[in-house]
Amino acid sequence: MKTFVPPKFIVERNRDRCINCQVCVRQCTFGTHYYDPDYDEVLSREGNCVGCHRCAIFCPTGAITIRRNPLEYRENDNWRPEILEDIKRQAETGGMLLTGMGCDKDQKIYWDHLVLNASQVTNPSIDPLREPMELTTYIGAKPERVEIDPNTKALKTRIAPQVELSIPVMFSAMSYGAVSLHVQESLARAASEFGTLWNTGEGGLHRRLYKYKDHTIVQVASGRFGVHPDYLDAGRIIEIKIGQGAKPGIGGHLPGEKVSADVARTRMIPTGTDALSPAPQHDIYSIEDLAQLVYALKEATNYEKPISVKIAAVHNSAAIASGMVRAGADMIVLDGLRGSTGAAPKVIRDNVGIPIELALAAADARLRQEGIRNRASLVVAGGIRKSSDVLKAIALGADAVYIATAALVALGCTICQQCPTGKCAWGICTSDPVLTKRINPEIGAERLYNLLRGWSLEIKDMLGGMGINSIESVRGNRLHLRGIGLNETELEILGVRHAGA
Amino acid sequence: MKNLETIQNPYNDDKVMAACSIFGAMDRSGKRFSGDRVIKAIRNMHVRGNGLGGGFAIYGIYPNYPEHYAFHIMYEHAAAKEETEAFLSEHFRWERAEEIPHYPARRISNPPIVWRYFLTPGNTKPEGKSDDDFVVERVMEINTRIDGAFVFSSGKNMGVFKGVGYPENIAEYFGLADYEGYLWTAHGRFPTNTHAWWGGAHPFNILDWTVVHNGELSSYGTNRRYLEERGYACTMHTDTEVIAYAVDLLMRKHGLPIEIVAKIFAPPFWDQIKRLSKAEQELMRALRQIYPSLLLNGPFTIIIAHQGEMIGLTDRIRLRPLTVGEKGNLLYLSSEESAIRLIEPDLEKAWIPSGGEPVIGRFEAKASVESTAGM
Repeated sequence: MKTFVPPKFIVERNRDRCINCQVCVRQCTFGTHYYDPDYDEVLSREGNCVGCHRCAIFCPTGAITIRRNPLEYRENDNWRPEILEDIKRQAETGGMLLTGMGCDKDQKIYWDHLVLNASQVTNPSIDPLREPMELTTYIGAKPERVEIDPNTKALKTRIAPQVELSIPVMFSAMSYGAVSLHVQESLARAASEFGTLWNTGEGGLHRRLYKYKDHTIVQVASGRFGVHPDYLDAGRIIEIKIGQGAKPGIGGHLPGEKVSADVARTRMIPTGTDALSPAPQHDIYSIEDLAQLVYALKEATNYEKPISVKIAAVHNSAAIASGMVRAGADMIVLDGLRGSTGAAPKVIRDNVGIPIELALAAADARLRQEGIRNRASLVVAGGIRKSSDVLKAIALGADAVYIATAALVALGCTICQQCPTGKCAWGICTSDPVLTKRINPEIGAERLYNLLRGWSLEIKDMLGGMGINSIESVRGNRLHLRGIGLNETELEILGVRHAGA
Repeated sequence: MKNLETIQNPYNDDKVMAACSIFGAMDRSGKRFSGDRVIKAIRNMHVRGNGLGGGFAIYGIYPNYPEHYAFHIMYEHAAAKEETEAFLSEHFRWERAEEIPHYPARRISNPPIVWRYFLTPGNTKPEGKSDDDFVVERVMEINTRIDGAFVFSSGKNMGVFKGVGYPENIAEYFGLADYEGYLWTAHGRFPTNTHAWWGGAHPFNILDWTVVHNGELSSYGTNRRYLEERGYACTMHTDTEVIAYAVDLLMRKHGLPIEIVAKIFAPPFWDQIKRLSKAEQELMRALRQIYPSLLLNGPFTIIIAHQGEMIGLTDRIRLRPLTVGEKGNLLYLSSEESAIRLIEPDLEKAWIPSGGEPVIGRFEAKASVESTAGM
């Protein structure tokens, strides 16, 4: 059927610069560029371009420019181009629209409406270049109080397992199969070298990555892929995945063509079969079922590992968070509306769930009201883009954050949203053995390490400006935040005052 | 319910920001001494304050009533006194009540009425509740519910005298040179955002715990939310208030010794912890893991006192001053060494403790001050 969807991008090739070397032809995985032997020239099929910029970055003569196609419809605030094109696409395919990455709609990004504080006169700011500045964070359940033997002065309290992070930023779940092994290895190496954690996602843990086990969170999701005793033992933390910010309430589907022999072995399924993750965990239909799985995992691992439970941030996630803590979770994760995915129905990604800032503020406040905030670490995911987002999340009450999109961007991702096609030109979200080589785990790890280092320097600078030399003194310290352009309801939920007040 | 915020912190800023002079003197043999030298010392640091608050805590002041809760209560008007006394009659047995004597003093204007009561819990105390918990609850009730009344102090054999003025003016007004105690703390304020209110001066008190504080807690928001989660109503929006409640929680409720509390307020850095012995590492790590929200961050020096004990502590990078002086049984803590030397020229020992290193003076303890070496 002839598509009525116009090309999104146009490719401008500067003929004075192009040397017809065909680098672009080889780099593009969407068939945009091709060599025409009759003309002895490289040409472009613009309808195929996804705007990932792989060709433009790798063109040795800088001959390529990618522009948005200026084809304009008659102005209409209601029937916007995206809506027209979605309808046409569905009229042509008769299916759900699949997409990748996180919600790209213009719901308010609260991080951009929050500003941080700094010391002036009445207390001194601290120079992180000259004074110690601490970002160390411990994940795990904390007891209400410490007990000390009055005679020996020794510690009597036995604390639940704790995991040390050198920066309160972890890499969020991205499964093997959704991303390549090279991407996972980049994450695992960077996490190990920097002193934080990466997360296997729901696709099991490849044998090659067991050496990073001290810095690995292993996930147990509804498909139970690759879950076996060694896998659980390899996790520093075990995470039960209930939901994901990009697609709350629905399961996952890794198409059979991505299930290579290696993926199949890791997931413990036959090669080439679709890997289906059910929407719910079929042994968790209620909160008491969650408690059973939490304690089953604790029993299975001798109570040596914190158990995390991850949910998508939804309308009543504050109340659910309380239930998760009471069900025995040592760490709870809220994944917000803007959280990403390798594949999700567009209608779900863009319309289901709530912004993480509001979910975080509400959950932290609820856990404190109930006096159980110390019983679990609170981690947020879905929309953390930069170091200031991290610090604002911590000031709202998070113990740590997860990043995934930001990590992929560090590896080259341009958020072109083609993940479900499996054709990622940057070699990230693909299992194509040729494409995956585009990520070198050594260089990938270096890029991710650098990102964490840059963020930690920035966070230390912001902390020093506040006159604070330890991240724990900002945790839940909403007085160091002020809102800009927020209404009273928003301020009340966030628990912050407006700037100037 | 009256709105204390509009009194203590009229602009409703997050917290009161203040710089200050602080002074403490203790005779570790328990011998009582008059206030004239303490007053002279704090007056020597006049320029560290701005006349918007001064105060004193005196321990061992009421030896004739050692088992009675001595309530010092200020009233802004007669109705407040009437209402408070009705409340006190309902909940306590009275041993004695009197207006605290006062005298004309320079720079003191519009003083409130200040009375003292010697009380023991009455019949309304529920079975099984400790006297201390009962008293704390009643004090919170007076402070938050009765308009124009505020409890300066509520401990046994101790009392707080404070008000708006330089500390030497307050001493003159209450005639403090005539009182005797074995432990004195004193305070002169330089607040930037508070107006004249007598209850807002230091020392802050709950039961027989007092805190005088020079500094500003950048961690106030974190500290406050943690304490509110545990039932402390931080109604006054002052950072000193959270220190007092934190001390109450850790020492009275959690039963921790001051040496441990000091390590919670001003913990060693993680890098320092790594260099400790295994057992110490475990303890310090546990303290930081369990009480991260009670780390007092930002510049501060505090003198905490209760029966028989005086503790001086600075933040862990020592952004506010503290000097220690010793002579015989006498232990002095001061913002400035000059104030100590003015009243005790022949000190046997004077030093500046490291950041986060507590200086602890104990009643009936070994003669020398305990000052654990910096970690």
